[in-house]
Amino acid sequence: MAERPLSPHLSVYRMYRYSVLTSISNRLSGVVLAVGLIVLVYWLMAVAGGALAYGHALAILSSGMFKIIYLLLLAAFSYHLLAGIRHLVWDTGRGLERAQSQRSAWLIGIVSLLLFAGLAWWLLVRAGGAP
Amino acid sequence: MTLRSPLGRAIGAGSAKEGVHHWWTQRLSAVALVFLSTWFVVSILSLPAHDYPTVIAWMSQGWTAVLLILFVLTAAWHSQLGVRVVVEDYVHGSGMKSLSLALVTFFHVVVAAAGVFAILKVALGGAV
Repeated sequence: MAERPLSPHLSVYRMYRYSVLTSISNRLSGVVLAVGLIVLVYWLMAVAGGALAYGHALAILSSGMFKIIYLLLLAAFSYHLLAGIRHLVWDTGRGLERAQSQRSAWLIGIVSLLLFAGLAWWLLVRAGGAP
Repeated sequence: MTLRSPLGRAIGAGSAKEGVHHWWTQRLSAVALVFLSTWFVVSILSLPAHDYPTVIAWMSQGWTAVLLILFVLTAAWHSQLGVRVVVEDYVHGSGMKSLSLALVTFFHVVVAAAGVFAILKVALGGAV
């Protein structure tokens, strides 16, 4: 069978465009959150496993490496939430003009950074650390 | 001129109206997750501690368990829809693509089943 072009045709895009950047960031943050589901279920299963099992899991889950993972997940959550809302607004037919889309790209970038900063502060400043 | 196939014309069936199914369920789960994921992140960060008694007491509350189950199921569903598209776009070759899509499906089913099992076990007092 003849070689057909495969989607997405990454090579035809100018990769520095804001639209490419926001799109790939949304996907990337979504995949990070999908991996985060593993952490969530590991934690839930540990709780269900009883006090002893939870103690072992908590020792792992409160390590420094997991602090970094929680920060990564909070960053992904902050961005994916706002980028998702941007998509939902687009779905109503609003905000699709180039100027509007550029503005909303900046808006979600800045707001998600602020949201992430707030959540990170909440996570790190509180004693004990997240699960 | 019509673009329908002769067989299509003979059978005379319309579209199954499922062309937007993926798109629609992705949006529906997205709207639900705006609320559920925000609730989850705020709740988990609000817990005074994350030791065993605190977590058990939290998860044993009726609405916590219900919202947690809804969150796990909706997140798994939404994640499955999204990761599926990523695989469809970036994994090439029908063999690798089918295998990856099957693994994506299995992974999310396991996540959903394990999550719901664990929440119910704790909420119904099975964890000691």
